[in-house]
Amino acid sequence: MYKYDSYDQEMVDVRVEEFRDQTRRRLDGTLAEENFRPLRLQNGLYLQLHAYMLRVAVPYGTLSSAQMRMLGDIADKYDRGYGHFTTRQNIQYNWIKLEEAPDILADLATVEMHAIQTSGNCIRNISSDQYAGAAADELIDPRPYAELLRQWSSFHPEFLHLPRKFKIAVIASKTDRAAMRLHDIGIEIVKNDAGEIGCAFYVGGGMGRTPMIAPLINPFVPLDQLITYSEACLRVYNRYGRRDNKYKARIKILVHEMGKDEYTRQVEEEFAHLLTQGIEPPIAELERIIPHFADPAFDAATSDDLDLSDPDFKLWVDNNTVAHKAKGYVIATVSLKPVGGIPGDASADQIRLMADLARDYSFDELRVTHAQNIVFPHVKKADLYTVWQKLDAAGLSTANLDTIGDIIACPGLDYCSLANARSIPVAQKIAERFKAQDRLDTIGELKLKISGCINACGHHHAGHIGILGVDRKGVENYQLSLGGSEGADTSLGTITGPGFSEDGVVDAVEKATNLYLAQRQEGERFLDTYRRIGMAPFKEAIYG
Amino acid sequence: MKILTGNDLKTGAVIWWDGQAWSLHIEDAVDATEHADEILAREEAARHVNSSYVVDATQTPEGVRPNHIKERIRALGPTVRPDLTLKPADPSALNWVI
Repeated sequence: MYKYDSYDQEMVDVRVEEFRDQTRRRLDGTLAEENFRPLRLQNGLYLQLHAYMLRVAVPYGTLSSAQMRMLGDIADKYDRGYGHFTTRQNIQYNWIKLEEAPDILADLATVEMHAIQTSGNCIRNISSDQYAGAAADELIDPRPYAELLRQWSSFHPEFLHLPRKFKIAVIASKTDRAAMRLHDIGIEIVKNDAGEIGCAFYVGGGMGRTPMIAPLINPFVPLDQLITYSEACLRVYNRYGRRDNKYKARIKILVHEMGKDEYTRQVEEEFAHLLTQGIEPPIAELERIIPHFADPAFDAATSDDLDLSDPDFKLWVDNNTVAHKAKGYVIATVSLKPVGGIPGDASADQIRLMADLARDYSFDELRVTHAQNIVFPHVKKADLYTVWQKLDAAGLSTANLDTIGDIIACPGLDYCSLANARSIPVAQKIAERFKAQDRLDTIGELKLKISGCINACGHHHAGHIGILGVDRKGVENYQLSLGGSEGADTSLGTITGPGFSEDGVVDAVEKATNLYLAQRQEGERFLDTYRRIGMAPFKEAIYG
Repeated sequence: MKILTGNDLKTGAVIWWDGQAWSLHIEDAVDATEHADEILAREEAARHVNSSYVVDATQTPEGVRPNHIKERIRALGPTVRPDLTLKPADPSALNWVI
């Protein structure tokens, strides 16, 4: 994985000391909160419901074991012994003291991490496929290009004060595991008819209060023009994006109101101009980056066999592992969704254990998924049973990946000052209702996502079943939607009808799944059945 | 009644105006209807509190209770982690919050 060079390290170290000075001045009264607030937000420090919250960037979700261990140590040293992995492949700490925040950033800098651009109207953490570099179905590893985008977007002087925040995803598989088309820019690395590798640009997607699926604006941009084309997309947005109304300031609104064709025309015009300016990073920089993502030294002689005689182990293998590109290896996902747990939370001890397992069994690498789980990307099949046993002993062997128990949930009103309703208790009640393994297996793939407000951090628009918490005269109420998806078949959910109480929405989810089981045809997932029979029978089952 | 809340500048902890200073405990909150703006301006300037605001609340036999669930959760802690609330040893403490 990528290692900082001296420039990267110096930039981060200088930024830590700059923030230390800003914090000192806030505490001694030289800086008022109105002046300090944008400075702390540029360093990922929010003031949330109970305390300061620090969001730490995990570029394209990739972590070394040393970085993961540091995340565990920070949870113990500065927080309350746990961290929360987010839907943007980052980690958040909920109980941070302002006076200690510079020390945390200094600790992070020792393992090449920071919290820069995890807030504010700038280009946020670049996200990617959590299986990148390991997936059997990918064209190439997208991470060198995500890293190039990270370097380009970090401290980019033109794009630090955009009309609104800006999110980019890069993938290189037909199977979209990164919700690519629900980003401001989604980049899919593709091969054209001539066999050349390039980028398909999807621009203007997003969730939030106005969810939109990004349209394709250019099916093939040569890889060596990736940054120039991205710059053109951002420039047109920066020029015309609305700054008078934050609810209409995202690029999705611009593309929608300007029209895809006119936006594309302007991007192409800007792109042609920028090509004359020579802003693309020199190829030598990409050539410097690519070797950081070279395959680890896979053991070509390792056995491809797996002893599945332990039924609990077999269950976990069936649910939580997928094929690896190298013979004798698998990609293993650790579910952070135990029944009764908080989606995405892990204790400091669990974080350190996963760090140790990555060091010993996954070539020192982990990934954070946007579904709030952790991936060991390269596990030898011969080691898998040992890994599972160690996970099981730490309460990390829940075998529910992509089932109704693998719920994405934002922190909601338990932690977030923007939330209107709690998300986590709803997730816990649903997980409890559907905890029987045979029930999970019978229902199969069902992606359920919960947001505690319209900002949609819990991706409810993209849930096969989505739940949105709203405030109805001071009382929590939950809207149900069906039919969303964030994969290659991206779609937005449709609201079923009137909202429910906390217990009522759990009952409604059960009625919807019961109808699915009664109506499904051979091989159909919940989403497939919904798409075939439509909303009406589900409404009848839920409200009738 | 109107009570005052905010966060401790250094620690971020949720605090409530008790008439003289800031307390971690909602039970100490007092009615500040008449001088709310004046108190908040003074206390913010003195860096005793950060991001302060006025909250509608009700005096009940059990104590002062914010009217809205958001401030009730702020007053005690996350409903999903009783161990991290101000009263981790009291399983019934969350009863009035939700």
